[in-house]
Amino acid sequence: MGHAPEHTSAAPAILAEVKPAHLPRATLVENDRSFSWITEKICGIIEGKTPTWWWVCFILACFVASFTVAGITYLVITGVGVWGHANPVNWAWDIVNFVFWIGIGHAGTLISAILCLLRQKWRTSINRAAEAMTIFAVVCAAIFPVFHVGRVWYAWYLFPIPNSNVIWQNFRSPLEWDVFAVSTYGTVSVLFWYVGLLPDLAVLRDRFFVAGNKVRSFLYGLFALGWRGSNRHWSNYEMAYIILAGISTPLVLSVHTIVSFDFAVSLLPGWHTTIFPPYFVAGAIFSGFGMVLTLMLPLRAIYGLQDLITQYHIDCMCKITLATGTIVGYAYGMEFFIAWYGANPYEGFAFINRAFGHYAWAYWIMIGCNVITPQFFWFKKIRENTSLVWILSIFVNVGMWFERFVIIVTSLARDFLPSSWGYYSPSIVEIFTFFGTFGVFSVLFLLFIRFLPVMPMAELKAVTPQADVHGGHGHAEPKH
Amino acid sequence: MAVQPYGLIATFKTAPDLYHAAEQVRDAGYRHWDCITPFPVHGLDKAMGLKRSIVPRISLAGGITGFITGMTMIWWTGQIDYPLIVGGKPLFSPMFAFPVSYELTILFTAFATIGGMLLLNGLPRHYHPVLKYDHIVRGMDDTFFIVIEARDPRFNVANTKALLEKIGGASVTELEP
Repeated sequence: MGHAPEHTSAAPAILAEVKPAHLPRATLVENDRSFSWITEKICGIIEGKTPTWWWVCFILACFVASFTVAGITYLVITGVGVWGHANPVNWAWDIVNFVFWIGIGHAGTLISAILCLLRQKWRTSINRAAEAMTIFAVVCAAIFPVFHVGRVWYAWYLFPIPNSNVIWQNFRSPLEWDVFAVSTYGTVSVLFWYVGLLPDLAVLRDRFFVAGNKVRSFLYGLFALGWRGSNRHWSNYEMAYIILAGISTPLVLSVHTIVSFDFAVSLLPGWHTTIFPPYFVAGAIFSGFGMVLTLMLPLRAIYGLQDLITQYHIDCMCKITLATGTIVGYAYGMEFFIAWYGANPYEGFAFINRAFGHYAWAYWIMIGCNVITPQFFWFKKIRENTSLVWILSIFVNVGMWFERFVIIVTSLARDFLPSSWGYYSPSIVEIFTFFGTFGVFSVLFLLFIRFLPVMPMAELKAVTPQADVHGGHGHAEPKH
Repeated sequence: MAVQPYGLIATFKTAPDLYHAAEQVRDAGYRHWDCITPFPVHGLDKAMGLKRSIVPRISLAGGITGFITGMTMIWWTGQIDYPLIVGGKPLFSPMFAFPVSYELTILFTAFATIGGMLLLNGLPRHYHPVLKYDHIVRGMDDTFFIVIEARDPRFNVANTKALLEKIGGASVTELEP
């Protein structure tokens, strides 16, 4: 917004002659809201009384989360055999759930990093919540690989820490790459989120101070690190923020690439394909946007954030879901084509078996949810029907879980030796553990919306028309 | 109040007002002064005469350190400290060391960027006179301030106050140190 007028003084003379059209930009904050309206709206969520629905949801979420706690406790005191894994399917729900949750996280990073680099200003209303979603999704994801090692108290063997065996990790293994990818991803996501929160924590610190709530003022102040809105600080801050966006972009692409290497680098038919890295990244973003819609639409309705998350935002999210969903659909087709074209009988069998074997039901759920569901987003009527968008987003989540299930389980259940073929079904412990992670995620997300600003106030203010120092308040020509 | 004040603070209602005022403070030759804004105001760095931030250099240093750390760690652990042949593969190759080194590059860059930003900004900071100002809560909300510090060689309570009022600053106040 501020770019064009900045050059007016030194603009080439030709501009006066050609009179370039003034392109309308989508309004990001509707109804011409003021800065203080934004502050009041976002801080009001935190400062107000805890709503009853919040307590209801929180208690429910805690109850659901207890399933994970119970499942894991039972696993730790008994052994990893309580999961339904058996030859030949030795990776199943643990890795399915891991990839599912880590994939969901990727939309948060896409929104905060890639859209930031591409100057997509609509990201500002949703990036805070989407980043929170990323972090909580990584927490849920981390549960599975950490506990699937069996003796969880040895999980630190994954890291190159000198130990009594004197031996080191095998850095040739994609599984070891994954350890670094996911732990870096978690750490950088938290850092990025925290840097974004700094100015908003300072707002809350000062507001609680004025309101006389010294305890909360102190706590927010502790994390605000003495931020005072100095422009000398903003200058370094903005530079740091854009660099974090710049490094998070290759990070998010590398994380799911490396996750796909866990499979692609093996020799198993159905896994050993070069399409995996881009296919996994597209799928991750697809599922992540599904989850962003699932979370943001209720949030928007409950807190009346329609002026901040506008129809334009929903349109953008639906269109990204459509684009990535279509890429995923293309990848499914291409996998089949290459399985035939590659003329490898094992590869060909793996794919025929996926679509028509014992797990065909899972395959067709996946196709239905991931390939057909997003196609509805071609229609404006559907994108404008919030409830329908929400329902479709649930289908996307379901479909992407099944995608990982199909890839992992069907490939393992029918390996090279027919004598060792098997059929995997999850044990009740696995079902409990996975079900509970939705509670873990919800508990964290509910705490987030209760205690932290759900939208970046400073960034929202910066995209309003009145923040433009040249254009003044209007949308028309600059004043001078 | 016998002690020298920390400086003078003036209030501006809108972002354009602040922007034009900042240009004039810059042109008046002040060095130790600052704008307090609720959000990063586009173009204000230029209006204040600030140089480009040097955070990227710190980030680069962090990134290089991260990459070297990754490569060195994998080479030293695999080739020097405990050579172990796995799957007939070489003890060290930059190929298989790359993904981990790549991730460490990003990890170290992130820490360097944030550490560098905080270091350059002098944060975390327990106390700052600006935060003692009664209306600072508005500065985090919808109001803009210019602060000119007393340690600036050109600072003079009367003249600086006159300048701030001339450029449109309202309620010019002395800040306690």
